Amino acid sequence: MADETLLEVCNLRIEATVYPPGEKPQTLVIVKDLSWSLKRGQVLGIIGESGAGKSTAALAGMAYGRGGVRLPAGEVWLDGQNLLAVGKAALRNVRGRKVCYVAQSAAAAFNPAHTLMDQVVEASLLHGVCNRATAENRAIRLFEKLGLPNPDKIGDRYPHQVSGGQLQRVMTAMALCPEPDLIVFDEPTTALDVTTQIDVLAAIKDAIRDTGVAAMYITHDLAVVAQVSDEIMVLRHGELVEHGTAKQIIESPREEYTQALVSVRSIEHEEKKPSTQPVMKVKNVTAAYGGTIDVLKDISVEIHPGQTLAVVGESGSGKSTLARAITGLLPPRKGTIEFDGRTLSNALAQRSRDDLREVQMIYQMADVAMNPRQTVRTIIGRPLQFYFDLKGEALDQRINELLEEIEMGDGFADRYPAELSGGQKQRVCIARALAAKPKLIICDEVTSALDPLVADGILKLLLDLQAREGVSYMFITHDLATVKAIADSIAVMFQGELVRYGPKSEVLAPPFDDYTDLLLSSVPQMRLGWLEEVTKSRRMASGGN
Amino acid sequence: MGSGLWTLIIQRLLMGLGLLLAVSVLIFAGTQILPGDVAASILGQSATPEALANLRSDLGLDQPAWKRYFSWLGGLLQGDLGTALSNGKDISASLGKRLGNTLFLAFWAALMSVPLAILLGLLAVRYRGRWPDKLISGITLTSISLPEFFIGYLLIYFIAVKTQWLPSVSTVYEGMAFADRLKAIALPAITLTMVVLAHMMRMTRAAILNVMQSAYVETAELKGLSAFEVIRKHAFPNVIAPIVNVVMLNLAFLVVGVVVVEVIFVYPGMGQYLVDHVAKRDVPVVQACGLVFAGVYILLNMVADIVALLSNPRLRHPK
Amino acid sequence: MFKRIPLSALIGIIATSTFVFMAVFAPWIAPYPMAEIVGGTWEPSSAKFLLGTDNLGRDLLSRMIFGARTTLTIAALATALSFTLGATLGFTAAVFGGWVDQVMSRGIDLLMAIPTLIFALVVLSVLPTTITTLILVMGVLDSTRVYRLSRAVAVDINVMDFVEAARLRGEGRIWIIFREILPNALSPLVAELGLRFIFAVLFLSALSFLGLGVQPPEADWGGMVKENKDGIIFGIPAALIPAAAIAVLAISVNLVADWILNRTTDLKGGRG
Repeated sequence: MADETLLEVCNLRIEATVYPPGEKPQTLVIVKDLSWSLKRGQVLGIIGESGAGKSTAALAGMAYGRGGVRLPAGEVWLDGQNLLAVGKAALRNVRGRKVCYVAQSAAAAFNPAHTLMDQVVEASLLHGVCNRATAENRAIRLFEKLGLPNPDKIGDRYPHQVSGGQLQRVMTAMALCPEPDLIVFDEPTTALDVTTQIDVLAAIKDAIRDTGVAAMYITHDLAVVAQVSDEIMVLRHGELVEHGTAKQIIESPREEYTQALVSVRSIEHEEKKPSTQPVMKVKNVTAAYGGTIDVLKDISVEIHPGQTLAVVGESGSGKSTLARAITGLLPPRKGTIEFDGRTLSNALAQRSRDDLREVQMIYQMADVAMNPRQTVRTIIGRPLQFYFDLKGEALDQRINELLEEIEMGDGFADRYPAELSGGQKQRVCIARALAAKPKLIICDEVTSALDPLVADGILKLLLDLQAREGVSYMFITHDLATVKAIADSIAVMFQGELVRYGPKSEVLAPPFDDYTDLLLSSVPQMRLGWLEEVTKSRRMASGGN
Repeated sequence: MGSGLWTLIIQRLLMGLGLLLAVSVLIFAGTQILPGDVAASILGQSATPEALANLRSDLGLDQPAWKRYFSWLGGLLQGDLGTALSNGKDISASLGKRLGNTLFLAFWAALMSVPLAILLGLLAVRYRGRWPDKLISGITLTSISLPEFFIGYLLIYFIAVKTQWLPSVSTVYEGMAFADRLKAIALPAITLTMVVLAHMMRMTRAAILNVMQSAYVETAELKGLSAFEVIRKHAFPNVIAPIVNVVMLNLAFLVVGVVVVEVIFVYPGMGQYLVDHVAKRDVPVVQACGLVFAGVYILLNMVADIVALLSNPRLRHPK
Repeated sequence: MFKRIPLSALIGIIATSTFVFMAVFAPWIAPYPMAEIVGGTWEPSSAKFLLGTDNLGRDLLSRMIFGARTTLTIAALATALSFTLGATLGFTAAVFGGWVDQVMSRGIDLLMAIPTLIFALVVLSVLPTTITTLILVMGVLDSTRVYRLSRAVAVDINVMDFVEAARLRGEGRIWIIFREILPNALSPLVAELGLRFIFAVLFLSALSFLGLGVQPPEADWGGMVKENKDGIIFGIPAALIPAAAIAVLAISVNLVADWILNRTTDLKGGRG
């Protein structure tokens, strides 16, 4: 039974038709020729960057094409049936009974008009797996197993009444309820905060193990997939790069691309000693949006010349608000900001042009950080004109220098943002910040919208620029791996408060406070067995309390 | 149902009432404060100053504007809309009959256009991107650009004059048999239907597409539900509110479209009544008609809003 | 940028330009004067009168050509007014925000609570029916829609990171409105310009048809439908000609506006 093959996909081809405005429809090949198989009770991790075709391929395992996606060639054998040939009625009998699906955004995947229980038991009832009472019983047991609070009551709630992490667990329960042979997990933890992610991940893993269901687990994060998979399949541009056991892929990847994925975020950065003259001192800053509830409470940090302060926290920690307070977009209610020995005015309008020039900002979404109607030349050139009055020849020359600094040729100068890739856009934003010759650049989650390898390139560029130009960074992120790679000092924030602050070596060394401990231990590590270690140590810790 | 929802609905009702009051001020101000003198326009250019002054005091025009507004509003609340300047008849009585005729016409136009629009909208979604969808959207684009009288006279020319299937003039009178009445309003009702159909269908299509492309519909498909079940259980509960909204907005649009259509078919409704008295500069009638039209318009918009509130599960089941 | 013009847009452009040409050169291309009786009542189409004659025996083609001039001019001026007014107020509300925005937006909400045609009829019952009044009434009432759109577009753009970046750079309000917001707001506004113009043509024609717009003997398309409508029941389709002209003009402007909107949306930023 255990060695029996459950799913066998042969020579799968996936196409989609796209309709570019004003042009003829084009056929796009998403997956050219892909084969894989899965044994009963096994978990296959499918990994790749955005656009690698991983979700599309996994959904094809249910013979489903999202949007205009077609499956023109290949075979998908599930339990002795070729799903691509059985016809609609038979396919409906398979979906929701033999194969179930867990979507990335449970918030969108639940129907807002029905209770959770109605939706969880729907497939079981539809396929006549069991009667309603049995199904509800089963659902409650699954809620319990997945660690949901009030397992016998939560089913009466509506989707908008529970949190994102809980909803993701309910969705897993929904997939498990009809006791299928196979579940497709489509990035089930990507939208969650890092400390929530680990709990959901552990719950999913336990549930898979206890029920003996097979699974395809899709993610862009190799460290996550390494925790739950028996085998891993690496995809790129719709083609198979490497397929092996989880152990082999993580510990001895054969292909160059896989090696790069495994060693991602392994940038080594030697911590620099703080100087006596910080470039920026944030003193006792308290800030609130409109009303009276402070989103920043009494924050004091310093940034030293040529160094990086990483500000770490989850959503709602106030880390981006700190950036807005420093730039003057949200004048602090209390406290001062000293920059280069002088006190900056709290409000943006009262700051001098030099104050503005010396603090620059780079945003998370490079797409919306650049005016889509301006060329790269205008985007980079404007600060040069505005602050340094550069014109003509001198302006062009400086623009080219900046483009070279960000490792892009001057051929890019006359392109529009829409004609650049994600990584290139972020590089142009870096050049725009550099153009002002700032002393401090605030980087707000600059790598979190990028694929891991591209993000690594951006981090390396930022470190190079720091070494060359001596600029300081305030690096806002939720990703501790990034912090380790780039920071000299670290500030950990939680619900508007500074929980822990100091040089990197001290912040990342025990003894930890509870929150930092939780945060640090939640970052997925690129090795097998990490999840078990963490959950075990957490259980021990909570048992000790 | 949560109390929060009731608060919102009551708020919306009060807002509608407030809006109606504000609109009455606006309509009153629009006719009273702007240049032009009712008395002068009644008596014409040959009027003597004494006659003018007499008429002014008869009409209460020598009173300050706010006083006149409140006495007008007071009358309104008691169902007294005053008398027409042009013929001295009681406005409430003439208006009541004509409002009945207009609503009769609008009702039958709605009865034809709403199911047709929803059906065509569904069809466009079902065959999205294929020729039925393209055909429907092409016709939509065209018919949005057509003036009401073009459709109206085209129908009269071909259906009433050339083939003589239906009457070209929609005469209705009291005691008329129901079937004859229906026959009389057939052409104007068809015209109105064509005027609002395109809009309603386009908006219905967008509303349904929005729901059909949502992740929860995909979830339902992946549970193995049949297309019919997906629509019945998962799309329908979420699509009702936007469709009702669309329908209400278009009924509001239809009630306004009635004005021109009634003139085309010489139909004795509110629109015809309003237009006649604008030409005669009979201000009290114009005010009354304007307020009734605006009231119906505001009411339909309010119903649309309340339906949207009622069908929002976030409001129905608060945290 | 203009490399591919789809057939529908081409038809739209050609038809629209023809009408504009007729309007501009009306006195030179019309075979007869506008208001002169040159033949019998409702003469059918002939070599002498290409489109026949109207209810008083005037040449229908000449009146159509002069009517194009009246209809297009009034509609264009009303559109210009509604755009200037609506866009200025809308942008001001978006960039200033706060109470300025609140006061203006609530006022507009109130105006929009009354259907445009009804409000126009109420106002026209006391105002003199001149062309200036018509332009003012149409322009002011329609500016509410332009206000809503331009405010919404500007508010959307105003919160984008690139506008924030410009603010952090220290740019003034003028730069932000004209260099950051306006270029990005232009394409929806231009497409809206077409729709507003169509609305103005239809609205003017409706008013004239009801006898409350352009007054005789001046020729305009809506009024010509009114003049000739009694012929319909005798099987004389003269009224259908100006009505069809209105429809063709509206459709062709719609086609052009549609194309402009489609052509410019693909320039928007977006990942991948």
